[in-house]
Amino acid sequence: MTDENKQGQSNGISRREFLKNSGLVVGGVVGGGLLGGIFTQNFGGTADAPDTVDEETETDSPEQLTQARMFFKRQEDFDVLSAAVERIFPEDDAGPGAISLAIPYFIDKQLAGEYGFNSREYMEGPFYEGAPTQGPQTGLLRRGAFLYGIRMMQNIAENEYDESFFDLEPEVQDEILEQFEEGEVEMTGIMSDEFFQMFRMATLEGAYSDPVYGGNLNMDGWRQIQYPGSQMAYIDVIEEEEFVDMDPVSLHDHHE
Amino acid sequence: MVTELPRKEVAIIGVGWSGGIIASELTKAGIEVVGLERGGERTVDDFIMQKDELRYAVRYDLMQDLSKETITFRNDRDMRSLPMRQMGSFLLGTDLGGAGVHWNGQCPRFLPYDFEIRSQTVDRYGEEKIPDDMTLQDWGISYDEMEEHFARFDETIGTSGEDNEMTAPRSTEFPTPPMKETPAIRLFKETASDFGLHPYHGASANLSEAYTNPDGQTIQQCQYCSFCERFGCDYQAKSDPIITVIPTAKETGNFELRTHANVRRISYDGERTDGVYFVDTRTGEEFFQPADIVILTAYVMNNTRLLLHSEIGTPYDPDTQTGVIGKNYCYQIMANAQGFFDRQFNLYAGAGALAGQVDDYNGDNFDHSDLDFIHGGTIQLTQTGIRPINTNPVPPGTKQWGSEFKQAKAQYFYRTLSLGSQGASMPYRYNFLDLDPTYTDNFGDPLLRMTYNFTEQDRNLAAHQTQRMAEIMEEMGANEVVANPDIGDYNIMPYQTTHNTGGVIMGGDSETSAVNNYLQMWDCENLFVVGASAFAHNSGYNPTPTVGALSYRAAEGIKDYYENPGPLA
Repeated sequence: MTDENKQGQSNGISRREFLKNSGLVVGGVVGGGLLGGIFTQNFGGTADAPDTVDEETETDSPEQLTQARMFFKRQEDFDVLSAAVERIFPEDDAGPGAISLAIPYFIDKQLAGEYGFNSREYMEGPFYEGAPTQGPQTGLLRRGAFLYGIRMMQNIAENEYDESFFDLEPEVQDEILEQFEEGEVEMTGIMSDEFFQMFRMATLEGAYSDPVYGGNLNMDGWRQIQYPGSQMAYIDVIEEEEFVDMDPVSLHDHHE
Repeated sequence: MVTELPRKEVAIIGVGWSGGIIASELTKAGIEVVGLERGGERTVDDFIMQKDELRYAVRYDLMQDLSKETITFRNDRDMRSLPMRQMGSFLLGTDLGGAGVHWNGQCPRFLPYDFEIRSQTVDRYGEEKIPDDMTLQDWGISYDEMEEHFARFDETIGTSGEDNEMTAPRSTEFPTPPMKETPAIRLFKETASDFGLHPYHGASANLSEAYTNPDGQTIQQCQYCSFCERFGCDYQAKSDPIITVIPTAKETGNFELRTHANVRRISYDGERTDGVYFVDTRTGEEFFQPADIVILTAYVMNNTRLLLHSEIGTPYDPDTQTGVIGKNYCYQIMANAQGFFDRQFNLYAGAGALAGQVDDYNGDNFDHSDLDFIHGGTIQLTQTGIRPINTNPVPPGTKQWGSEFKQAKAQYFYRTLSLGSQGASMPYRYNFLDLDPTYTDNFGDPLLRMTYNFTEQDRNLAAHQTQRMAEIMEEMGANEVVANPDIGDYNIMPYQTTHNTGGVIMGGDSETSAVNNYLQMWDCENLFVVGASAFAHNSGYNPTPTVGALSYRAAEGIKDYYENPGPLA
């Protein structure tokens, strides 16, 4: 796990910590584009960063070019999302967290597509609140539910703590998320615990799906659980008594 | 405007395992067949990028598009039935090959006991063993009559496996030897032996070695890559209809496959059918396909729904217990025991049907005299290969998110083993299928309505199996065993199994069954309804080999009927 821990620290600080330390977002003075530029240049530029990180290369890497917002229009929504997913999947001894894994971008991309539109689900009315055994019955599309839930997080932060969600201490952010998890937040059209489970699941999807979807950056979500990704074959490993650790491969390796 | 197409000898509705088997058998006999598949064409080239958990296992790429058609569900008749808006408890297939493409490949045969379950239960335990509202029936056929058809299915798919004294007797050897054994499976088998049980390697359609079937189709050797259930196999190492029976049918030159053909009605004059009405889903254009014989092989849900829409057969009424269409909907009673270990297992590797299992607590292999249920289930350690989005084993009490979760997952991802029991599901008077009064599909046709809950029989069976598995798991050396014996109410969301059965059941009597033992409808002699819809109850096993065997039997019957029309039984 030693190598993975190193990789976990390679991005230095979390986006939330950076934003907080920089003070740039207070009052919304700085536009997203400018902030993004500053953010990118500072990314990996901390004392913890390994020598191998080349800022020039990182700025121009293909991953960076696909990292922009396709769904979330407001920077503030995206910043709340980022802070919240980092609490679901925080950077720690086990490895990189949600922001380092680009999970906010993953969720943004998912919401922009068929997942966000519930395209392959039955969304005809009439809508009734069902029994717990009957599954989700909301008429709210996921893209609407995410915006709604994220803005509720921000509302609670501002009303109860007089700060933006992303400026709160992690412990306080967790308390707000727990209110959602317990179904204590009043929401219309969707229960807050239902929203929370969807939010949690989307975060895990971003951590563990193939990097082709924009999350699990550098397969570091897989590395921290020693998951070898989409290897072609395990016929030589299947009978092994000892655990066999191997470098992960992704769909990119299956693609001509 | 309905366009009438040239007449065909046989029209098949739905081209999965059942439709594919029947198409191959009839076309080999020189009969002209058209296969009407509501989904698209599909070949093995579609599976090159298949090792993608998000797309296939989480977003259900190979499954039915519920925005166009789903079912509604309620636990009982006092509850408002609501649409299954998202897939969960079971995964309905679509496109060529149907659910036969995304299956795991577990290939057990049902037991002789299953086919004569009512008679044998009464003989051994007396009539009073069967609760009043348990609508338990014999199937109108014996295992001995079924055996040759099971053997045919095994030959077609090349089943890998080994004999066991607890399983159904076989007239032929397994076509290929058992799959490889993993340390986790070995640990389970050794422990089960210590309990005096009879473990064996599960029968598998993920093949242990390359195999060419009697039709000349080749299935490759499994690579244990872990992408089976919910995925198509990129190695052609998991037998499915698109690498076996469908190409066999095509090679005869007698098979016309028509995709994007969604059948809405079977034409019926009160005695016979003369064809089917379908819509080309790409254009909305309506067609009539005339046919001498119609075969309905559209899975449990649409086999039942199309008969109800077409007003063929008498709908089942639970109040009067008359009628047959929609009767004896059954499922499977899943139980499990999870164990947390110190050591790591290579659990990322596996195959859908790679399992050690015992059947000592299945069927009537054990004495039920002092038990408050009948039948039983497998107990299996299946190493399907775990994938990281859907596999999140953490000990009870662990927070489900944050650092605590993240670290626990890293710790336990490869240190958790599960035993599972696929429990038999007995029919119950008030578990049934009919048409929903409110919700419709994209054509405006009523959705199928499922009324279903677990019964006392199911709860007692699950508790028994859970207890046995917890004992074995403890003995396997787990530090902590999690086993909840209470299955609660049936919930349509958490994945359980895609082993839905019943609705168009077979039997020896037209008053209590919809089809005879050739799957020919009592009320429409040139219509055959084939699939797990014919099961009068569901056994404690995966259903596919029994579906395959029934399909081969139906094909024999259809060939006879083609020569000499009339009731086959």
